[in-house]
Amino acid sequence: MAYTTKYNNPAVQRKLTLWEKLYLPEIVRGLLTTFKHLFRPKFTRQYPEERWDPPASFRGRPVLVQEENGVERCVACGLCSRVCPPLAIEVRASETELLKERYPVVFEINMLRCIFCGYCEEVCPEEAIVMSKEYELSFRDPSEGIFGKDKLLVPKAQVQDRLDYLAKMRN
Amino acid sequence: MVIEALIKIAIILFVVLTAVSYTVLLERWISAWVQDRIGPNRVGPLGLLQPLADVLKLLLKEDIEPRQAQKWFHWVAPVISITVAFTVLSVVPFGNTLTLGTNTIPLTIASGINIGVLFIVALASLGVYGITLAGWSSGSKYSLLGGLRSSAQMISYELTLGLGLLSVVMLSGSLDLNTIIHSQANGLWNIVRAPIGFLLFFVSSFAETNRLPFDLPEAEPELVGGYHTEYSSMKFALFFLAEYANIITASAVITVLFLGGWHLPFVSALGLSPLVLTIVGVLAFALKVLGLLFIFIWVRWSIPRFRYDQLMNLGWKVLLPLGIVNIVWSAFEKMYLMQ
Repeated sequence: MAYTTKYNNPAVQRKLTLWEKLYLPEIVRGLLTTFKHLFRPKFTRQYPEERWDPPASFRGRPVLVQEENGVERCVACGLCSRVCPPLAIEVRASETELLKERYPVVFEINMLRCIFCGYCEEVCPEEAIVMSKEYELSFRDPSEGIFGKDKLLVPKAQVQDRLDYLAKMRN
Repeated sequence: MVIEALIKIAIILFVVLTAVSYTVLLERWISAWVQDRIGPNRVGPLGLLQPLADVLKLLLKEDIEPRQAQKWFHWVAPVISITVAFTVLSVVPFGNTLTLGTNTIPLTIASGINIGVLFIVALASLGVYGITLAGWSSGSKYSLLGGLRSSAQMISYELTLGLGLLSVVMLSGSLDLNTIIHSQANGLWNIVRAPIGFLLFFVSSFAETNRLPFDLPEAEPELVGGYHTEYSSMKFALFFLAEYANIITASAVITVLFLGGWHLPFVSALGLSPLVLTIVGVLAFALKVLGLLFIFIWVRWSIPRFRYDQLMNLGWKVLLPLGIVNIVWSAFEKMYLMQ
């Protein structure tokens, strides 16, 4: 051997006792260990039937919060689009008669680009874009990966968990 | 006679082929359980149709033959492997004689053979040709190394296998498998009478069937797939089948030689009719084989692979001297204890 490891270095290596050198007793010990594991409870989750319920701290796909009156919180400031590392967000702003004065005409997130970093959520001054618990995303075609407002808008009640969590973590 | 033999061959082939595919399922289950997983449970109830899906998958795969391969040998190698694996079963008695009307049918395919032990050993050493040829004819360095390791391993462990077997032959005084089984009829199985012989035979069976901890011919981390690296589709399936058929064969042979074959202690005292007794015998045989299969699989998922030098050390420096000691012990036992 060209180099020394803890397995061939006599200074580190432990001397085996006679019992261990007999080899068979140790084999039997190993077998008993695996035999015990035969009856242990299994960790496997039967996925399509049994789904994982993520905690509030989970960063799933980003969604836009929709208030009870059906209007999105977003004021189309464009900070999320600006901070997004993979440039996945596109916002086009327009004016509205409502108190918030601005709203996004187009709000698109390219979910094929999104890296679920949560920067958009962090930078958002209105808490209008938050990370949801949705983790099942699959598309048949790249064009399906671009989510518009129709898919992004989610009633506030559905993301209340996350909003509470954010409020808690802010203090 | 011929028709009788053909019927027996058909039944045995059917049973063993089914058993082989379900051994694969058993292997996958046990591996899963040992690793705290669930294992295949999707195809059919409890995953019981999984073997069918596996076979279908293999059948539908493209059969790739490497350009540098020796075509004829590349083709014939898996055939040798599978043939040898199944042929051994022809001498294994899987039950007592079955009496139907006036006919007495011995439950062995080649029932007339009186050198069954020799036949098994001879065929077991033929099995290495399939693997070595596969390794050489593939024209790939990984395959070649796998094949070479296999031949070296077989030579080293065949000796031990023979020495372990010899103690059984000495104790029973016969090479006939039926005589060997009958000599264990009193409930004193050869595993009790020749424990060292059993150990030797059992350990070298692992080496002969290329099972972990002696699966150096196909050591995945270093040889990709070993001798069957360049095989695909049905030819690969044949090797796969042969591997598991070999385990079943080895279990059957161990059952016959060391675990009393179809005999169960205390059953003969129950006073059952001969037909029922025969059926119970066949079931007992199957149960013993199943137990050994479990051990084969269990060991695979517990013990890591030997290094090549460790394998040779164990074979030549430990098992071979132990085999000779075993012969002396058996002779002593035969001369003084069994009188």
